Amino acid sequence: MRENLHRFFRAARGAGVRLSPAESIDAMRAVSKVGFTDRTILRDTFLLTLAKTQDEKKALGDCFDLFFDQPEPEDSKADEQETQGSNAGSDSPGETSGGDEQAEGLGQLAQMLLAQDRNQISAAIANAASAASLSDIRYFTQRGIFSGRILDQMGIQRLRDDLDNLTATNPALAERLTNALDGLRGTVRDTVSQALMLYGREEAENLRNEILRNAPLSRIEPRQVEQMRHLIRQIARRLRERYSKPRKRQRRGHLDVRRTIRRNAAWGGVPFLTAWKRRHRDKPKIVALCDVSGSVARVSDFFLLLIHSLHEVVDDVRSFAFSGHLIEVSDILESKSPEEAMAEIMSKVGFGSSDYGSSLDDFEHGWMNAITPQTTVIVLGDARSNNLDPRADILRRIAERSKRLVWLNPEGRMAWGWGDSEMPRYSTFCTVVRQCATAKQLERAVSDIVASYQ
Amino acid sequence: MADTRPSASIEAVESGLAAQGYIASRQIATAVYLAQQIEKPILVEGPAGVGKTELAKAIAAWRGMKMIRLQCYEGLDEAKALYEWKYAKQLLYTQILKDKLGEVLGGAPTLEAALNQLHDFGDVFFSKEFVEPRPLLQALEQPAGCVLLVDEIDKSDAEFESLLLEILSDFQVTIPELGTVVAVSPPTVILTSNSERDLGDALKRRCLHLHIGFPEQKLEERIVESRVSGISQTLRRQMVGFINEVRTLDLKKLPSVSETIDWARVLVLLQAPELGHEVVKDTLNVLLKYEADIEATMPQVSTFIAKASRQGVFG
Repeated sequence: MRENLHRFFRAARGAGVRLSPAESIDAMRAVSKVGFTDRTILRDTFLLTLAKTQDEKKALGDCFDLFFDQPEPEDSKADEQETQGSNAGSDSPGETSGGDEQAEGLGQLAQMLLAQDRNQISAAIANAASAASLSDIRYFTQRGIFSGRILDQMGIQRLRDDLDNLTATNPALAERLTNALDGLRGTVRDTVSQALMLYGREEAENLRNEILRNAPLSRIEPRQVEQMRHLIRQIARRLRERYSKPRKRQRRGHLDVRRTIRRNAAWGGVPFLTAWKRRHRDKPKIVALCDVSGSVARVSDFFLLLIHSLHEVVDDVRSFAFSGHLIEVSDILESKSPEEAMAEIMSKVGFGSSDYGSSLDDFEHGWMNAITPQTTVIVLGDARSNNLDPRADILRRIAERSKRLVWLNPEGRMAWGWGDSEMPRYSTFCTVVRQCATAKQLERAVSDIVASYQ
Repeated sequence: MADTRPSASIEAVESGLAAQGYIASRQIATAVYLAQQIEKPILVEGPAGVGKTELAKAIAAWRGMKMIRLQCYEGLDEAKALYEWKYAKQLLYTQILKDKLGEVLGGAPTLEAALNQLHDFGDVFFSKEFVEPRPLLQALEQPAGCVLLVDEIDKSDAEFESLLLEILSDFQVTIPELGTVVAVSPPTVILTSNSERDLGDALKRRCLHLHIGFPEQKLEERIVESRVSGISQTLRRQMVGFINEVRTLDLKKLPSVSETIDWARVLVLLQAPELGHEVVKDTLNVLLKYEADIEATMPQVSTFIAKASRQGVFG
């Protein structure tokens, strides 16, 4: 049973529940108190000791159900008998348990299949699976290998020989056996898939995410869009976890004489308690301008999603979207779910041909006051202005008013300045210019911006 | 019903709490049972008013122990949670004992000798007599054990969590001047949180994590039954059904168990025989705390009453 518990912990880790050894020890201590007999209590116990958030509880609960739904491998004693049995079977082919006369001369697996004893078969599969260390499965590409190993363990080789012999002597029985074998293959495949779900989820996801993180946002295939959104949300959550905690670790400055005296008035001015001046820190203020025109439409989706998450990390974010003209979208992003918000923004200003000049003009006339010397301005866009006046002078004024001006461009540096790209002209006024074509670059850029305020 | 020994089974916990009027779900009972068995604190999370604080009270009452409550808030620090030096007393004593100083020094010939003699009296002023124990230290010092309730831990600063860690894992506190104070008998610790802030992993790891959500309908009926006397079964079923319908709406503050109980009391007071449109309309402000929520619910009232009554017939 201990072995089983360890397998369950591994499965739980696969399901995304972060388990430290200390927690698994706690869980084992707790289990030793409640016992294994009542499954619902066992489930509660795991949820209480292992899971630390609602999400983890959900994941762990699903994992528990999936895990204990599987037939358990029988204990080692039965295992031994089993192997002895199969050895005996292969050593002396003539020796059978008798009974079914048709089955005479067949290997153990063949007999088992013909007998159609479901319990025996699933027990045999479970044993073979643990012998093939199925719990080591990590990637979906390993499914074939593990299915093969399990079937080998069960004695498929012998079964093939039996089948060859039978086709000549007893075609009817051979056909029955072939059908049964197909059924067995199916069951083994299911077992392997289930194990993959249990043990392999995390690693497969990590691999997929890693590929996705480095893929250019503009070339994401439609089927990957949902995954990408998920990934961006994960990035946003990480950002939030890292930066949303109130940072109170302010360094001590000079002694605050006034406050010290006032604090110690009760005991005659003897300074028992000291008060220190605190160094003031800027609160993050961000103004984000996001291009949602046709040329960057595929990327702007993700930009908006990330800005949406910025609203949760930083209190003071004002966001604007533009293509031909510019509107403020802070309220939409704050009050709606990401999907709704993006749909609304796209329907209002999206997909047009971009006009940076008039958009910047809109911004200067409407919201220039939003920029203070503490503000970081982020512009997300490819700076392709369709040969209209870029109005770089407005950008200069924005740069002068703000603390920093960061431009994130989804195009590669090679493309800057070619065609209608106004990037070189704009970049002279920017504090930082970055290429931002993949989720990874996007994460790093935003993380830097938020970190600069910490 | 004073029983300070660990209870024998989960059922015993359940019935023990029930005797105090706290109807616990099986999960809650399991958590309380495990907390005693493996001596771990319970971190209780969940929306406001589902009975997180009540749980601590019920455990204390059931096991006949004192309950010590530490209400957390922003800026809570060591001096208010753990212990403080009685500065004024120290100051007063130095003033009073000034005259004794001559005797103590006993005409030491040199300054060095006087200093050495003073050292012998060393830490008189930093001894137990001058420590003012605050809730956490009090909890450790209870000879018969106690229930320590750290309420709304999410309201405190992140630093405060680290202060708790020593208590939570080893039931001890280190006071630099005095040494380590170990609990006489380990207190049962309940921490509650409304998840306003994410708690640190170190804290979570030391606790059993219990999430109390809104109870199932049957359980909630039993809670109302145990808390509000003189409410008929039909009305009970109807009102709980109604509240469950309200919880499906997207409201600012969903009604929780404490509101259910308040409402039941009001309905009994008004001697309402059953849930009617008028009664609900007049008393909806007991259930919902925001004007906007009441407005959002108002048009649905009739449908919900009908639904709840139908459930009453078949359920």
